[in-house]
Amino acid sequence: MSAVLAPTVRIQREDFDVAAEIAGLTQGRTDIGAVVSFSGLCRDEQGALSALELEHYPGMAEAEIGRIAAEAVERWPLQGLTVIHRHGKIRPGEKIVLVVAASAHRQAAFEAANFLMDYLKSRAPFWKKEHRADGSEGGWVEAKETDAQAAKRWKSPSE
Amino acid sequence: MTTRLIYFAWVRERIGMPEEDVELPAGIETVADLLRWLQSRGEGYEHALQYPDVIRVAINQEHVDHREKISGAREIALFPPMTGG
Repeated sequence: MSAVLAPTVRIQREDFDVAAEIAGLTQGRTDIGAVVSFSGLCRDEQGALSALELEHYPGMAEAEIGRIAAEAVERWPLQGLTVIHRHGKIRPGEKIVLVVAASAHRQAAFEAANFLMDYLKSRAPFWKKEHRADGSEGGWVEAKETDAQAAKRWKSPSE
Repeated sequence: MTTRLIYFAWVRERIGMPEEDVELPAGIETVADLLRWLQSRGEGYEHALQYPDVIRVAINQEHVDHREKISGAREIALFPPMTGG
């Protein structure tokens, strides 16, 4: 069991099945003691929003998430890692992103999933545009400073 | 040498096209030089790049900062801060 884990990264328009993705990581294995999954969903902002349109940079989206996932594998003892990010038009209540991290113990799985999401927010090349429920044109969602700060807390003091 | 420039989100909308191939003039050495040169190419570019500090840049699909040299870049992408996740 010294082989380096190869994370699964998928960028897709279609929805995904959280239970199936978790089963995909754990089926037939007896060494995994913890699975943490995070799902990000589209909110309707108190009824104001009819959809989000997610634009992405094909090629770089896969490459950048792959780099972030590879860093997670280096930092935590993971036995499985799956990251799925959707693009295109996504309605309130639908899923946007999934991170599943599997490890022998819970701490590594929790931390790796948290790290992945913080880094995805500020480094994965995706941009959200709002479609308003009243038909008016929504704008581009602005990046939050709190997300940039959240990503910084994972840096070691030397970086 | 021809360089492909790719634009996303409001940078794409303001410039008015998703991508273009350009011949970079001599003297354009860094990302910052490129942004300054692009700003002079018309109203859309000026609008898109009026606050160059907020523009994020990737060379050959990897994030770089504005001091990065662009020699040999096949593909340079300009975009706003990302809002995925």
